[in-house]
Amino acid sequence: MIKNIVLCGVGGQGTVLASKLLAAAAMEQNIPVMSAETIGMAQRGGSVFSHVRIGEGLYSPMIAAGTADLIIGFEPGETVRMLPYLKEGGHVVVSTRAIKPVTATLSESNYDSEPMLEYLKQNVPNLTLIDADKACAEIGSSKVLNMILLGTALRTGVLDFNLEDIEHVMLRTLPEKFHAMNLQALNYTK
Amino acid sequence: MHKEFLMGNAAIALGAVASGVNVVAGYPGTPSTEVLETIAKHRPDDVYVEWSVNEKAAMELAAGASYSGARTLVTMKQVGLNVASDPLMSLEYIGVKGGMVILVADDPGPISSQTEQDTRHFAAFSKLPCFDPSSAQEAYEMIQEAYEYSEKYNTPVFLRPTTRVCHGYASVSVKDPEEYTVHTPEGFVKDSKRWVIFPRLSYQNHQKIEARNVELADIFSSYEKNKIYPACDTFADSRKGIVSGGISFTYAMETLIETGMVRHLKISTPHPFPEKLAAQFLDGLDEVLCLEELDPVIERELTYICGKYHLPVKILGKLTHNTANAGENTRDSVDTYIRTFLDLPVKEQQKLTDVPPLPVRPPVLCAGCPHRASFYAVKKAMQGRKTIFCGDIGCYTLGNARPLDMVDTCLCMGAGLNIAQGVEKIEPDTACFAFVGDSTFFASAITGVVNAVYNQANMTLVVLDNSTTAMTGHQPHPGTGRTVMGEIVQKINIEQVLRGIGVQDVETVNPLDHEAAVSCVKELADKPGVKAIIFKSPCIAVTKPGTPMHVDISSCIHCKKCIRELGCPAIITEDGNVSIDSSMCTGCGLCSQICPVHAIKGGKQHD
Repeated sequence: MIKNIVLCGVGGQGTVLASKLLAAAAMEQNIPVMSAETIGMAQRGGSVFSHVRIGEGLYSPMIAAGTADLIIGFEPGETVRMLPYLKEGGHVVVSTRAIKPVTATLSESNYDSEPMLEYLKQNVPNLTLIDADKACAEIGSSKVLNMILLGTALRTGVLDFNLEDIEHVMLRTLPEKFHAMNLQALNYTK
Repeated sequence: MHKEFLMGNAAIALGAVASGVNVVAGYPGTPSTEVLETIAKHRPDDVYVEWSVNEKAAMELAAGASYSGARTLVTMKQVGLNVASDPLMSLEYIGVKGGMVILVADDPGPISSQTEQDTRHFAAFSKLPCFDPSSAQEAYEMIQEAYEYSEKYNTPVFLRPTTRVCHGYASVSVKDPEEYTVHTPEGFVKDSKRWVIFPRLSYQNHQKIEARNVELADIFSSYEKNKIYPACDTFADSRKGIVSGGISFTYAMETLIETGMVRHLKISTPHPFPEKLAAQFLDGLDEVLCLEELDPVIERELTYICGKYHLPVKILGKLTHNTANAGENTRDSVDTYIRTFLDLPVKEQQKLTDVPPLPVRPPVLCAGCPHRASFYAVKKAMQGRKTIFCGDIGCYTLGNARPLDMVDTCLCMGAGLNIAQGVEKIEPDTACFAFVGDSTFFASAITGVVNAVYNQANMTLVVLDNSTTAMTGHQPHPGTGRTVMGEIVQKINIEQVLRGIGVQDVETVNPLDHEAAVSCVKELADKPGVKAIIFKSPCIAVTKPGTPMHVDISSCIHCKKCIRELGCPAIITEDGNVSIDSSMCTGCGLCSQICPVHAIKGGKQHD
């Protein structure tokens, strides 16, 4: 059974590390995994995505439209942009904090999270919203958004791992001084 | 053997190491860069790795090492091969002794390149064998096989992955270090009849190359990675077939798993083309759909083979407008092509309706990027004057975005300088500027300076020296004083280079000191001849950030000059007030220097 995951956000938010941990968890259990991500110029403040595919019989690292079991959205507008990838009944976990592009500041257009979140609520039955500002403030770091989202995504039960599998690879991958903070983030529930 | 989760480029790198590669040289360029970086990181002690000054130097160095019996790897992106084409086209005739793989990464889309050129053409043009992997696993195996072919036929060999293969990750079966081939170079053996190119030798070798390529086309017809996948029962009587190569093969397989397999041929060696295998595949078919990116290379070969073997098969693809002739293929576009071809219902793409306007996020210069300060200084200094700003290749191409709008032309590596020289010949009353980054300066602008100085140009060269090769991920270059092997070496000083060439007026300024930068531009711009400004300030990604700036709300007059003129992503508006995003701000202080009421405080100070 192949599981397709899309992670999306804005360059610098930590989507890549989150997709690496998912892949490492799959490798740990000897399940084949493929992924693809944005690299290059778009990383400079542009929209970024990762596709992660887990399961037997994979050929393409890229996901087809309408086949994602899960979208992990680091930013509301970017999540709406990726919705065509979501399959019917798929889950979306999304941070509610909007990141305004420079173009919005320049043109004074009012890009805001509210219409995006409203749109998601109306179109995605399996939606989990995360108040990232509140969560990061409680944990005391703005760098743990990816772990908060990853932990929440795992608790949806869409993927075939549990939280301990990801904790295990996180502890192995990250420097020790970040362990406590990231464990707290993975286990954060609002 | 063991499994590792690897980027395609890392798989290629480990494949080269497993082949006992001795010498690796390249020039950074997306999507090829990680190949050399991975080898530099994982190299056994006796492997020599360098970031060369450009692709031509890399290929010539690799040629010398291969003449001496070493196994070599040269890495570059597709446009880099244009730079290296001079040695390439002659090396084709001379050949090599130690195995030589030329890794050229193509970029359909293009995603981060100037062109959608197809290196498979370059392989045919230079008459060299070309391997085209469809996955990380295949790339890992192919580079090892490529070394075997290279040594057996004494010829350089291309490995040509594309972006999605280079940057896709997969669990790859790789060798343990004990299984690696150990390759010991014999050394250079003098033989001027072999290593010195002369018309007579080229004529003789040309004949041998043509004969070899006929032989290779036969051998490649039984190469296991050129493969016919038979039709399943559903399509057993179908007279339709699909031919694919590269990443398009994987997209096709995903669709064919769903629809049932029609006769499917994978082409892994686009040159020399496995003609006999293709003829065998075509026999009995009425229609064939070609799935490939960039140019219709496979499609043309099949059309030729149909003519040669009198096969009544319709070949469909880019030339027949059945598939797009520009841009990259996607999982979904290939799905649509195949279903249309097989007369199956095309998948309904889910259309989002009533979507609120999505944010537009073009890439921008980072908060605190010294290039912003440099462009802004020139813009201010030359306000109201007739100017042209010739840009170049690097992060600073992003200076074209509003509000800076400081890039009027951009062509290829190092071109801006002589483009400015050319404009000035037609418009002598225009103040002509050329902007070039430090890595690009070394790669290909120095000869341009010599040309401009010797030929009495009137122009201002602006070197944006941020002490790194930023766009491709911070590789060292001759101005950084370190090599990819970790050696600390004598830096090559750009100011001294310019003075050595004969540029009389050369000033080095910190662009973040806005007043000094503006007055320097004003002073130099009106001098005759070629003059140069070196804006020197390190890339924010390679230095520690300073204390973030903050806006004193009580003195801010909401003129928004900082936002309107700089376009820094860290300056935002919150509830109508201008504020600084402290998670992004590096404290460069440029905004505080242009604020008319000094309401932006903190950060670095410039005296």
